[in-house]
Formats: sequence, C-alpha cells, structure tokens
Amino acid sequence: MVAERPTLETIWSWLDTVPDPEIPVISLTDLGIIRDVQWQDDTLEVTVTPTYSGCPATTIINLDIETALRGHGIEKLALKRQLSPAWTSDWMTDSGRAKLEGYGIAPPQPAGGPQHCPRCKSTHVEKISQFGSTPCKAQWRCTDCLEPFDYFKCI
Amino acid sequence: MSDHLFEYLCRMGDNTLVLGHRVSEWCGHAPVLEEDIALANTALDLIGQTTLWLDLAGEVEGAGRNADKLAFHRDVWDFRNLLLVEQPNGDFGQTMMRQFLFDAWHLLQLKALMGSSNAQVAAIAEKSSKEVTYHLERATDTVIGLGDGTEESHNRMQAALDKLWPYVGEMFVSDDVDAAMFDAGIAPDPASLRPAYDALLDDVFAAATLVRPQDDFGHKGGKSGKRHSEHLGHMLAQMQWLQRAYPDATW
Repeated sequence: MVAERPTLETIWSWLDTVPDPEIPVISLTDLGIIRDVQWQDDTLEVTVTPTYSGCPATTIINLDIETALRGHGIEKLALKRQLSPAWTSDWMTDSGRAKLEGYGIAPPQPAGGPQHCPRCKSTHVEKISQFGSTPCKAQWRCTDCLEPFDYFKCI
Repeated sequence: MSDHLFEYLCRMGDNTLVLGHRVSEWCGHAPVLEEDIALANTALDLIGQTTLWLDLAGEVEGAGRNADKLAFHRDVWDFRNLLLVEQPNGDFGQTMMRQFLFDAWHLLQLKALMGSSNAQVAAIAEKSSKEVTYHLERATDTVIGLGDGTEESHNRMQAALDKLWPYVGEMFVSDDVDAAMFDAGIAPDPASLRPAYDALLDDVFAAATLVRPQDDFGHKGGKSGKRHSEHLGHMLAQMQWLQRAYPDATW
C-alpha cells in the first residue's frame, strides 16, 4: 500500500520510461499517445489514443502501461481509450524525433517526406512505398548511399 | 431509430471487414514485396476500423454482441456490406481497381461523417479518414501507373473497370436506413457524394487513359442484405470456419 498517492508529475516520469513495443528506442510519452493522467478519487485514470486503428501494438501498449504502473504500487487503475482528437505525428516530442533518427528511422516531416537520409544525411532520397514494416512507417531509399530506410509517416 | 443506427454501423463495419479480409488474401502472394506489405497494411487498417464500427454497433444494439461476435457469428444474410467489396480479388489490377473505386467513396463518406451529430461516429470517422487518405493516394497512383502503363496492364485495368463498374451505383442509392440517418444528422445523403466522386474519377481515369463505362446500371442488395452475390458465402466460410467449428474458442 502506498502511503500517499504519487503526484501526477511522478507518474508522468514513470511513463517516460515505458518503451514503445515496436520501436523501443522511443517511449510512449515521446510518441505522444498518452493524452491525460488524472486521479479520480483513489483511481488513477490514464487516457491513451491509438496511433493507427489496426495497430497490433495497441493492446501491448496498454498492457505495458498497466505493468509499469502496478510495478510502482498503483493498485486502482483505469485505462481510457480516446479516438478524438485523432493522434497526429505532430504530437511526437523533439527528443523522440532525435532518438528515431539516431535509430535509423527518419522522423515525420510536415512536407510529407524525410528531410534527409538518417544514415549519411544526404537530401537525395526517393520513395519506395507508402507502406512499411509497421502501419506508422513508409519505405524510402537514399540515392547517394543507396541504403533503404524507414520513414515515420506524417499523419 | 437505434435499429436504423445499428444497421448503419453494420454497413460501415461490414464494408471494412469484408474488404479487409479480401485484401488480406494477398498476404504472401503479391507481385512484389513492397506491394505485399502495402496490401497487408491496408488490410490491417481496415480490420482496425472494423473493430471500432462493429463494437459501437454492438453497444447500440445492447444485446451483448461485440465486434468479434458480429464478425464471426453472423451468416451471409446478416451482412450489410456493399456488393463491390465482396467481389473476388481477380488479378492485382482488379484488386487495385476495386480498392480505388471503394477508397474514393470511403474518404468522401468519412469526411462527411466527421460532421456527424453522433460524437462516437464522428470520432471513428476522424480516426479512419487519416488512414484512408493514404489508401486512396496509393490506389490512385497504382491505377494511373497500370492504366497508363504497358498495353497488357492497360487492357487489364480497363477490363477490371468494366467488370466492377456495375457495383459502383449501390454506394449512392438511398433507402430507409440512409434516410433515417440523414434526418437525424448522423450521416450524409448518399447521393450528395456523387458529384465529388465523379469529378475525382474523371481526373484519375483521364490520367490513366481509361474509359469510364457508359452504362450506369447498378447491382443492388448488398447494403440492405437482401441479395448478396455468390462470392460472400465462400469468403465467410473461410473467414469464419474456426468459430463455426469451435464456437466461442479463444486463445
């Protein structure tokens, strides 16, 4: 039993350390899918929005949030799904974008395509396919270093 | 009213379910790896949208059915999808033509539903429209690429268009369910989407060097459930066999 209930700031800091199950280099808070954390009496309510409606990671994400918070002693927990406003890649944090690029995935850009190759930084890139290894990514290729790479789609 | 809303939500969910299953039949069989991945991703989006629509349908019905029950425990006559989406895949070109004809309608429909008086319907439409924007973009590029491609690909795309055209009209025909949804401010009048649909098709077919069929005869009976084509039963037999053989099996 936790003597005093943890502050919301503390809870956010715990959630900062829960990795995305598909792209473990970024956290759930980097991704911007945790929309709200609130105490409703003695129950902690966490509001989560899905990235893509069919993304198989969604159930794992909910399970990971629950496991992490229970591990910190939260006993009464309610996870809420929020569809609107729909998730947008604009909600990804700057540190999340930097971590993605370091990992070899070009971060989302408003222009609709990657700024440069995440490996050699060349701006000569071309699209291979609008879809990639997960619903949130597209396949691109660098025409200088010739490496194919993932681009995190802008939605 | 709630009966009509249930019917309407089943129409939305059955469209994405049946098309999602059809598209997933390509998994491991597409002409190139990138197309295989793109088709699987499209199917995944559609199945995800199905879960949202059919869960809401079950909630509105209030008889304890959820998306899984509705997807796997109904037979042909209870399905409310458009005849277009249950048509067999044919070759890759026919699959992409079917996708284009559906996506072009789907995006207009979802954009209209974003202004629905029902907040849950509006939220699902908002979420889905982002995914469907990508589907339409890709289907458009593929129809243009293959239509304005080689003689062989052009002929196949024209044949696909001629074959599927009689299934387009059903999307724009109104019935009691549509009228009730329109009166309640939940959904658009189907006919109101036609001008924008025709304008998009004219542009894309011009770029694809394809000729839009003259005859606007349209088969009906899918969204009302009165007369599905012979293909849906075979598809459901494959999609539902496990739940039919072992009802309520879980893992």
